[in-house]
Formats: sequence, C-alpha cells, structure tokens
Amino acid sequence: MYRETEIIKEATPGSNGEAGVFTINVGPQHPATHGVLHLVITLSGETILKVEPHLGYIHRSIEKMCESLTYRQFIYVTSRMDYLSAHINNHACALCVEKGMQIEVPPRAQVIRVLMDELTRIASHELWWGAMAMDLGAFTPFFHAFRERESINDIMEETCGARLTMNYMVPGGVMQDIHPNFQNRVKEFLRLYKRKIHEYDELVTGNIIFQNRMKGIGLLTPEDAVSYGCSGPTARGSGVSSDIRKVLPYEIYDKLEFDEVLETGCDSFARYVVRIREMQQSIRIIEQLIDTIPEGDFQAKTKAVLKLPKGEFYTRVETARGELGVYIVSEGGTTPYRIKFRSPGFSNLSVLDHIARGSKIGDLVAMMGTLDLVIPDIDR
Amino acid sequence: MSNEELKSSITGLLPSVAFEEGGEWLNILIEPGDWLSLAQQLRKDEALFFDYLFCLTCIDWKTHLTMVYHLSSTKYRHTIVVKAKLDRNKPEIEAVSPVWRTADFHEREVYEMFGVQFLNHPDLRLLILPDGWEGKNPLRKDFEDPVNMIRL
Repeated sequence: MYRETEIIKEATPGSNGEAGVFTINVGPQHPATHGVLHLVITLSGETILKVEPHLGYIHRSIEKMCESLTYRQFIYVTSRMDYLSAHINNHACALCVEKGMQIEVPPRAQVIRVLMDELTRIASHELWWGAMAMDLGAFTPFFHAFRERESINDIMEETCGARLTMNYMVPGGVMQDIHPNFQNRVKEFLRLYKRKIHEYDELVTGNIIFQNRMKGIGLLTPEDAVSYGCSGPTARGSGVSSDIRKVLPYEIYDKLEFDEVLETGCDSFARYVVRIREMQQSIRIIEQLIDTIPEGDFQAKTKAVLKLPKGEFYTRVETARGELGVYIVSEGGTTPYRIKFRSPGFSNLSVLDHIARGSKIGDLVAMMGTLDLVIPDIDR
Repeated sequence: MSNEELKSSITGLLPSVAFEEGGEWLNILIEPGDWLSLAQQLRKDEALFFDYLFCLTCIDWKTHLTMVYHLSSTKYRHTIVVKAKLDRNKPEIEAVSPVWRTADFHEREVYEMFGVQFLNHPDLRLLILPDGWEGKNPLRKDFEDPVNMIRL
C-alpha cells in the first residue's frame, strides 16, 4: 500500500552498484516509536542512509472537525492532539479566542492556568524521561517517573475531573475553581519531588553507559534546527533560544522568575539535559505562585455564544514539546472558517531523517527518544 | 524592525508587493510567481533575516485558495505574514523547501489537503493520507465523504 516496494527496488543490491543496501520497517507497532509511527529505514550494513516517516495512522482531521464546532466546543478536541500537554493545548486555543474577542482574563484564572501548565510540563517530561530510559534498556526509571507523575495526575483529577484530557481551560478563564486541597497537595508533591529529583541524575544522567550512548549522536546544528522549524527542547539542545514563554511572553510569564534552559551540545545528550533542567525551572515557577494565588473570579463573564469578529488570530505557546501555534481564520460566525494547528511534533519529526543519516541503526532509538514525539500531535 | 521599516525594506526587494495592516503582524500580499525569489531574499537579507518559517498553511475561500506563510527572525524577532492568492482550479506555487527545510513536510501536507502543486518540490507526495487519496482534498470546503465524515 505504501511505497516500500519502490524503496526496496531502489535499494536492491546491484541496482545502484552497492551491495548490502536494504530496507527495514520500524513500526507502526513498535515499542520505541511510542505510538503508531511508521519509519522506513534504508540501511547499508548498519549505517542509516535514509529514514522516511510514514504518518497518518492516527489522523483524525482535527482541523476539519473544528470547522464545524463552536468556539467553546473545539477546545475539547485539542486535548486529543498532544495528550501529554492537554492543558497547554487548551490554553493556546483559549488564548486565541480571548485575543479575538478581547476578553480580559481575571488574575486568579491566569495564575491557575500557569500552575496547571507547569504541572503538565513536569508530568510530560516525566513520562518522556521514563520512556527514554526504557528505550535504552533501563526499565527501573520508568517506575520512578510514573510514581511522581501519578501524584500530578491525582492533583489534576481532583481539580479538573480528568487525569489526561482535562479540558479545564475555557475562553475567559478556567472551567471551575481549584479544589480546596489543591494548594496543599501541590506543596506536598513539591516536597516529594525535590527529594526525588536528584535520583534521576544518579540513576540515569550521570550513568557513564548512558552518557556514552547519548553523547555525540543526533547532531543538529543551530542553523539546521531553525531551518527545520524545530522548537522546544529539541531546538534549545542546539542553543537556539526559542522558549515562547521568554520570547513572546503570554499570561503572566513575563512577571515570573525562571531561566530559559539552553545547552550547546547539539547532540542527543544536550536535548536530554534540557528537559531534565526544565523540570527544575517548572518547579521554580510553581513555587513562586502556589502561595500567592489571588482571590477573585476564576472565569471572566462571557456571552453564552461566542462570535469572533472577522479576521485572523494567531497565538503561540510553549508546550512540553515546543511551539504550538493556533491559527484561526474567522468570518464572523460562531465556528471557525479555517483553523490550523502548527504542532511542534510535526516539525521536530521532520528533522529525524537529517540527524539520523550516517549513524548506526542502534543509535536511532536514542535519537528519536530525544525528539519526544507524540504521534497524535504529529498526525492531528 | 518596526512595521514601517519592514515595509520599506520589502518594497525595495519587490516593488509590486501590497501590504495589509490591522492584524497582529504585517501582512504582505504577493503574486505566486514572485514568491521564490522574494523568499530567498527574505531569508538571505542581513537586515531582515527571516530564518524561521513557523507556520505554512492554506485557506480555501471557495473562489480561490490563499497560501499563508508565517515568517519570523530568530535574530531580530520580527514577524511577517506572506500571502499569495492561487487559482482554485489550477493552484501552483514555487516550493520553498530549499529555503526553509521545514517547508518540505508542510508543503506535502498542504498538497494532499488542498491539492496545491508545489513546483520543484523535492518529494511531493502524500504524507498523512494513505495511497488512493490523490486528487481528493479533504480540507477544501466542497469536500464530501459520506463514509468517513461525521456531520456535527
């Protein structure tokens, strides 16, 4: 059905004078692709000549679906794109609608939103860290990561009513006020987390076997990172300052103290370190806000039916994977005329072929892991 | 660079360009034929340095298609939006994947969803949709699929 046949024909020994060139499929059901991603890899011996991603196994045409949903409804679909950053996806959509309707979000809602975003970022990086280590053959980190992630999911469940697809952000604020236990539970989580975070470095980051596998592979120069549209930790591992929270601050990020994590190693290990250090920055943000959530409304008063004026609206936010863009074209009705989600994973995946060429097949998983691919986010 | 400075620099590169303001960023309307040379200059010009194509998409206006390119500079942090109007029956525009590598995947997506032909694209074929979907463009407004489409 796909074009494997063509590639195999091309790669048949003798057809291009090269012996030992062959093609293998990784996925669509492969534990290291973390979802239904299909890679067709052309190899010469153990060396990768070409990686060709075949997408679409989980394509639901979310952009088309959103064209028939109202501005309140379409946000719920976006939780299903990057399900590990569901809050941040919802946040981007809510911000875009608010920009169009010029809705002022109450300070309490802004703080709650940022807290939720940062908790999501930690949870997402936790899962990535566990899965990344598991890809490389270390099984224990997965349980450590899920232990901490579980407490975040519990916090989410209590306040938002869901553990994964929260749908908590709505135009004008958040859906309901935080649970009375929220602050205590987050502080309890911080205490637990700070006791544990050094274990990550002891278990994995400082491990010499791990470092030998990660260093010097998947090299991505800053110029290529920008040209391929990489964002988030993938770009910051190459030293490209691309954190939307710093570059184009939204909500209250300009008033918060945190550092943009930049590494200049340009390899898989640098991208790994960026994510580990980003979790600590998220902790910093949460600590600044958790005791000072302002009193007041958690949602601005909005009309029951939202109508965006005619025009185009674009918001950019930083998800755990990189820059998410929401582009709404409105004709003045209650549904978007056209909506485009610029998903971070889509661009980050496109760089895989570039960084993998010339490396060994055994390193592919270590390169792919540091791109932190979430397949529904790529396919949409 | 402010919008006024951007305007004068870009007019210097391509005199026939039209501007549209009111949105968040400066909108630039061009003819599809001018796009490749303008793109190369926007990327190379030291003072403009638009090195980051952060969004590439298309809009179906029923009478015509509009290609929309969101460009930004990681050095100067200015942003522009380039728009080109295409004939709906024979949409064609030069590919910019040699200028910004990210355009490769995005152009393939627009090709399958809207049927826009990207001239001189290195590898223009379906990306997300499975084989057999050539010529059917799901994101066009008149697309109908009684089996897979659920009306809400």
